Amino acid sequence: MKTVLGLLALVAASTGALGATAKAPSVNKAPEMPHYRFENFTTANGLPDDHVYTVLVDGDRIWAGTDNGLALYEEHKWKTYTTKDGLAHRAVLSLALDHNTGDVWAGTMGGLSRISGGHIDTFTQLNSGLSNDVVYGVAVQDEYVWVATAAGGCRLNLRTGQWDLYNERNTPMVEIWVYGVSASPTKVYYAVWGSGVLEYDQSTKRWDKYEDPDGETEMVLFKDQGLIHEITSSVSFVDNVLWVSTYFGDSRYDGRYWHNFLTKDSGLPSNFTNSVKGVDANRAWFCTDRGLAYYDGANWAVYRPSLTTGKPEMMVRDTAGHVTSIPVTTAPAHNYILGIDFQGSDIWVATARGLSHGTLQR
Amino acid sequence: MMQTSRSRTFAVAAGVSGLVGAAVLWTGIWMAQPAGAVVTGRVGERLIYPSPLEMIRSGDGKQLFVLCNESDEVRVIDASTGAAVKTISVGHVPRGFALSPDGNRLFVTNSWDDTLSVIDTASLQVIATWRVGSEPSSVVEDRAGRTLFVANRISNDVAVLNAQTGAEIKRLAAGRGASYMALAPDGGKLYVTHVYPNPSPHRTEPESEITVIDAQRAVVIDRMQLHGIAGVFHVAISADGRLGAAAELHPKNLVPLAHLEHGGAFEDTLMLFGADVGNQTVEVPLDELERYVARPFGVVIAPDKSRLYITSGGSELVTVIDVPRLLRCVHLHHAPFVQDLSASANYVVTRIQVGRDPRGMLLSRDGRTLMVANRLDDTISVIDTQNDRVRSTIRLASPAKLSVLRYGEQTFYTARYSFQGQIGCANCHIDSTFDGLEWDLEPDGFGRDIVDNRLIEDLKGTEPFKWNGGNPNLPTECGPRTEKYFWRSANYDDLTLADLVTYMLSLPPRPNRWRLPGYELTSAQARGKAIFERTVDKFHNPIPLQNRCSYCHSGPKGTDQKSFDVGTKRPTDNSGLLDTPQLTNVALTAPYLHDGSAATVEQIWTVFNPEDKHGRTNDLTKDELNDLVEYLRTR
Repeated sequence: MKTVLGLLALVAASTGALGATAKAPSVNKAPEMPHYRFENFTTANGLPDDHVYTVLVDGDRIWAGTDNGLALYEEHKWKTYTTKDGLAHRAVLSLALDHNTGDVWAGTMGGLSRISGGHIDTFTQLNSGLSNDVVYGVAVQDEYVWVATAAGGCRLNLRTGQWDLYNERNTPMVEIWVYGVSASPTKVYYAVWGSGVLEYDQSTKRWDKYEDPDGETEMVLFKDQGLIHEITSSVSFVDNVLWVSTYFGDSRYDGRYWHNFLTKDSGLPSNFTNSVKGVDANRAWFCTDRGLAYYDGANWAVYRPSLTTGKPEMMVRDTAGHVTSIPVTTAPAHNYILGIDFQGSDIWVATARGLSHGTLQR
Repeated sequence: MMQTSRSRTFAVAAGVSGLVGAAVLWTGIWMAQPAGAVVTGRVGERLIYPSPLEMIRSGDGKQLFVLCNESDEVRVIDASTGAAVKTISVGHVPRGFALSPDGNRLFVTNSWDDTLSVIDTASLQVIATWRVGSEPSSVVEDRAGRTLFVANRISNDVAVLNAQTGAEIKRLAAGRGASYMALAPDGGKLYVTHVYPNPSPHRTEPESEITVIDAQRAVVIDRMQLHGIAGVFHVAISADGRLGAAAELHPKNLVPLAHLEHGGAFEDTLMLFGADVGNQTVEVPLDELERYVARPFGVVIAPDKSRLYITSGGSELVTVIDVPRLLRCVHLHHAPFVQDLSASANYVVTRIQVGRDPRGMLLSRDGRTLMVANRLDDTISVIDTQNDRVRSTIRLASPAKLSVLRYGEQTFYTARYSFQGQIGCANCHIDSTFDGLEWDLEPDGFGRDIVDNRLIEDLKGTEPFKWNGGNPNLPTECGPRTEKYFWRSANYDDLTLADLVTYMLSLPPRPNRWRLPGYELTSAQARGKAIFERTVDKFHNPIPLQNRCSYCHSGPKGTDQKSFDVGTKRPTDNSGLLDTPQLTNVALTAPYLHDGSAATVEQIWTVFNPEDKHGRTNDLTKDELNDLVEYLRTR
C-alpha cells in the first residue's frame, strides 16, 4: 500500500498538481477531508451535452447549463430546455436561483432567460436594457437581478423593470468584460476580466475596486498584498468574506486582509481557476483546469481523474505541505472543472466532459 | 339589429329601472320589455354610479358585500331583505375583493391607488390601507390566514403579503395583465389569469397563461400555456378540485376583421383544466351559430358540479352549462372543437338575459340562488337555479338620471350593435384600455395594413385617428368606419354616437406608475429627457427637426398630430406615412410601432430604426437608450 501511495504522490508532484513545493509522501496520518463517491452524468444518460458550464442546486432539483441547452434533473430524469422553448441561446453559461420566488435565471451566449413555473422569458440586448447578450454571470438579491456580461455589468429591478448599466463610464471598471457576479444584502462583487474586482456597497451605492498591486507584471512581489491577479474569473461573497478566482491563482479577502493561493504554496492543483465558491468564511471549492480542489481553512483536497492515468484520485495536503493520496474508486467526470454547487453535504460539479454528483462518504 | 332612436329610449329606461321582477329568458332579441320601465332624461354632467362588479357573502351569510367600481365603495346589503345596511368608502377604482377565511376581514384592491383596503366586517369600517403593486386587481388569502396574494395588472406579478401586517414578502412573476385568481378548495394551488396576452412573435397567434402558485410555499409551480388566447378573466375551481374553468377571449386577429359574417373576430370560450379533463387544458366554445356570448367574464361552478355559469358582459347574459354533458362532450372529441359552433348545443342548457355588462357572480351555498352583478345598470340579478329564471332584481341606490357619459359607456361595453352581437368596443379595449394585439382590420386582403391596437385613454387633442391618420375625429372613427369595418351592421343613431364619443373623450389616463411625486425625475429619467429633447447628436452635429424625438412627439401628450414616414413601412403596407401616436402611458402598451412589430420599446431603435428615420438614435450607447426608455415611461 505504501508503494502505491508513494507512486501516486510522485505522479501528483511531477504534474504540479499539488504545488511545486509539495513534500514527499508522508507516513503521517492525512487530515480528515471529505470523501465523495461520484456519479457522473453525460449524454449517455440524458444530459443534452457533455460540456457543462454551470450547475445549480434547487432543492431536490438540479439545473445544468450545458453547451446545448439547459438541463433539469428531477426525480431521476433529465429534461432539457432549448431555444425552441424560449431559451435565449443553447449555450448556458451561468445560473442563479431566486430563493424567494423559486425562479431560475440563466445567463447564456445569447441573452438572459428566466425560467418560472417551467415557462421561459428572455431578455436580450435588443429587446430589453440588458447590456450585452453574452451573459457570463447572474445573481439574484431581493428584487434585483445582477448580471455580468461581455459589455459590463447590469442590474434589473424586478419591481419596476428598470435596467441599470455598469461600465467604464460610471464605475472604476477599465475593462468591461465581466465574468462573474456575487450579490449579498450588503455588497455586490463583479469579477472583471482584466480589471480585478469591483465592489458595490448596497448602502452607500458607491463603487470600489480591488486590483493586483503588481499590476500586469505577472510577478508577486509580496505575498498577500492584495488581489492575486487582474484576470479574474469569478467571485463568491460568503459570511462577509470574498473569495476570488483568477487564471493566475486565487484570493480570499476578509475586508481587511488578503490571502492568496498559488500552486507553489497551497494545495491548488492549478493556478488557472475557472470559478470559486465559498462554503463559509473559511472553506471554499476551487474549480480548476486540473481538478476540483477543496480548502477547509487549513488543509486541501483535490478530486479528479488522474492527469496521467485517468484513474480516480484524491490527494490531501496538510498544513505542513505533506501530500497524501487517498484511495478512491470514483472521480469527477473530467479534470476541467467549471462550476460547483452544494446539496446539503453533497456536491454537484460541472465539468468539460459531464456533470458529477458527489455523495459524501465520510 | 338596427338600433333605432325608439329602442334607444327604451335602453335608457332599462338602464334606470332595471329588470325588477322580470324573468327574462334568452330569446335571441336584445331587449325584452321590463315591467314598470321609467323613461328619464339624460344629463351632461358627470354622475357617479355604483357600478357593481363583484359580490361576497359575509361569513355568517347575513350580509352581502357589493364591490362598486365607479363609486369607490363597498355596499353592504342585508342578504335576506335586500335593504342597504352601510356604504364603506374605499380607494379609487376598486376591482377585486376577498373575505378572510375567518370572515373577520374584507380585503379590497383599489386598482388606481395601488392600495389594499382592509375592512373589519364587525364594525364595517376600513381599519387599514396597505400599499401593494401596480394596479392591484384581485386578492386572495390563503386558508391559514397568514398570507395574502394580490394580482397586479400593470406590474404583471402577484404580490405576497403578510396577511396580518400587510408587509410585502415578495413578488411572483406572472403573465401580462395579471388580474383574477382562484384558490383551490383544499387551499393548495392558486390559479391566476391575465387580461392581456404574453409577448409572442409578430403575426402569430396570441399566447396567454394561467399561472399556478403553490399557496403554501408561495412559489410559481406551473404556467399553463393557453394558445390562441388573448384575455382571460374569472377562473373557478370545482369543490372537489378536479375541474377548473376560466372565461376567455380567443381573437382571430390574423384574419381581416371584416370577416365578421363568418364569425371572424372572436371566439368566446371557456378553458377547462384539471383531473376531470385529463390534466390538460381543453378549450370549449360558448358561442353558437348566430348567437354569440360576447366577452365572457365571470365563472362559477355549482357545489355539486352539476352546473357551470358564465356571464357575458357584451351580450348581457348568463350562460348555463350542464357540467356532466360538457365533460362527456370533451371526452368524446379527440380533436380540438373550439371552432365548432354547433358544439355548445351539447352542453349549454340555457342563456339567461340579465342587466348591462354582467360581471361577477355569487352562488348560494346550496347552489339554488345565483346573483349577478350588472355593472352598467347598477343592479343585481337574482336567479333561481332550479328554473334558470331571474327571480328578482336588486337595484342599488344610484343617480336617478342616466348621464351622457353613462349612456356612452353602456354603448361602449355592449355587443348589440355588431353583426349577430359578436363584438363590442370593449372586446379590443379591455376595461377601456387596449388588448395588446395587432389586427388586420380592413377587407384589403389577408395581411395588408396590419395595425397595432392603441390605448384609448386621454384621447382629447390626439386626433386624427387610425395609424394612417385617415379619420379626422372620433365620430368618424367610431361611426362610419366602425360600421363598415367592425360591426358589419347598421351604425349608431346620431345621439348614441355622440354619447359614445363623449364617453371615450372622457377617459382619463390612469396614474403613471413610473413618475415620482411632484413630477420629479430620477437621474436616469432626467438623462433620458435630455436625450429626448436634444437638438445635436453626440458628434455635435445638428439633428434635423424631423429627426428629433421632441419634434413629432411634442406637446403634453407627445404627439404633434401629424403623419411622418419613420422608415417602418412594410411591403404589406399601403403607405409609409403614419400618424404620430400619443405617448400617454406608453410603457403599458406593448407591442409598438404601427403594426406592433416591435415587441418592446427598445426594439423601436435596436431593430427598426437602422437609418435614424425614427429619430436620431444610432449614436446612442446602450445605457443612453435605457435612459431614454426610463424617461418615456414617465409619459
